Amino acid sequence: MAEINALVIAEHDNAGVRPATLNTVTAAKQLGGAVTVLIAGSGAAGAAKAAAAIDGVAKVLHADADIFAHGLAENVAAQVLALASGYSHFLFAATASGKNISPRVAAKLDVGQISDITKVISPDTFERPIYAGNAIATVQSLDALKVITVRTTGFDPAPATGGSATVETVQSVGDSGKASFVGAEIAKNDRPELTSAKIIVSGGRALGSSDKFNEVLTPLADKLGAALGASRAAVDAGYAPNDWQVGQTGKIVAPQLYVAIGISGAIQHLAGMKDSKVIVAINKDEEAPIFSVADYGLVQDLFTAVPELVKSL
Amino acid sequence: MRVKSDGTGVDIANVKMSMNPFDEIAVEEAVRLKEKGVATEVIAVSCGVQQCQETLRTAMAIGADRAILVQCDDELQPLAVAKLLKALVDKEQPGLVLLGKQAIDDDCNQTGQMLAALADLPQATFASKVEVADGFANVTREVDGGLETLKVKLPAVVTTDLRLNEPRYVTLPNIMKAKKKQMDVLKPADLGVDVKSHLKTLKVSEPPKRGAGVKVADVSALVAKLKTEAKVI
Repeated sequence: MAEINALVIAEHDNAGVRPATLNTVTAAKQLGGAVTVLIAGSGAAGAAKAAAAIDGVAKVLHADADIFAHGLAENVAAQVLALASGYSHFLFAATASGKNISPRVAAKLDVGQISDITKVISPDTFERPIYAGNAIATVQSLDALKVITVRTTGFDPAPATGGSATVETVQSVGDSGKASFVGAEIAKNDRPELTSAKIIVSGGRALGSSDKFNEVLTPLADKLGAALGASRAAVDAGYAPNDWQVGQTGKIVAPQLYVAIGISGAIQHLAGMKDSKVIVAINKDEEAPIFSVADYGLVQDLFTAVPELVKSL
Repeated sequence: MRVKSDGTGVDIANVKMSMNPFDEIAVEEAVRLKEKGVATEVIAVSCGVQQCQETLRTAMAIGADRAILVQCDDELQPLAVAKLLKALVDKEQPGLVLLGKQAIDDDCNQTGQMLAALADLPQATFASKVEVADGFANVTREVDGGLETLKVKLPAVVTTDLRLNEPRYVTLPNIMKAKKKQMDVLKPADLGVDVKSHLKTLKVSEPPKRGAGVKVADVSALVAKLKTEAKVI
């Protein structure tokens, strides 16, 4: 096989790298070759420095331009393609951002994309979950170049320190001119990010309203320093924002502790959280499917159990 | 859904096939754009086996004007589908291409973005709101941490997220009407597209089973377990 040379397209906020990048670097290291990280950003020297410090990273490519300020797929993909020569593997985190950009790169390279890998078997063979995680497919890429998205819960984060990679400034591509950023509504709070939180408190439709959802779950999340999540039913009912949805079509999470409150446990939801280390379920319906995956189940009305739990922590 | 015992795939022999929910949302959105007078014609497209004709009839019952099936009995991977769609985009010159954001079997989430790249079009994926005016689309997208809005120049590719709309129920009169609408059936070769596989499935296996744990009697028992046994708090 040809030489393995991996390019990790970092997810970052210009000041630093996002946690998902660390998991993606781990997957890249497992390929067995050199790992280079690309920071395409705007005023992203901080992110480039952070990437250079990640354990196992040999080189950081830093492309800096206004056109990368909002991570537009057209521009970031073009930047990756401009640098593609010499790399055998292109790795993105399977986040909203990574999933947006990577298929553009794959299509332009005329290769298939391997989505959501959870395990590296060899440089061309990977495991990925299908059918909402009810089956694991072992797939082999038939292409010379591999474009991969990495399910972050499948790989431990690489240590953020200990590396001393060189940072090379590269010329940025021009603006595609096809898309522009209008605005964003990103909720600002002090909670950890859902996909990298150590503890998640997640609520379902049984909470009954948006007010109750917040009133009951926020104190528990505060006490535990947890991120808040929700089932699809709760999001559909308007109790929680869309980006809190945990499940097959929402976010895939695997925290140390997942506390499912008033969540029945549809397959769709289980697909997003069943790799959590410890699962706690609180539900008054003892037949709820969530109990089939919970390490600790408490059959009790959540409106009495959760306040009691907050008090005893 | 069950993994086959020989590890070659999953057994879908008795599974009812229907339109992917994200695609249904895409069809609904296109029909609404027509109803608003923004779009003049809605073409529903599918690539796959002959049975996909039924799916396309459903799309026409929702309100699509006509349909095109690129019929192929071989497995079609996302890049191949994107190439077929690119050929149809060249042919039909749509002002907007709407797709579901992902399939719910292989969950790939690739085709729309690949199509956009191949056709050299802008993309707005995971859309929760689409507004079309003056040759542009303002699309609100579901991203990690919240929402963002992009302005893309038409023609563009938009992939739909769950909460873009709630597809209507199809009525019997519309199902009857859909039967009379035009459906063209093409082969990949007609479009000059090579649909070879880029990914080979070596094995499909059951995921490790997660067993049920214990039921605890009350909150204090739960806290004790989390502190002393699981040691996670």
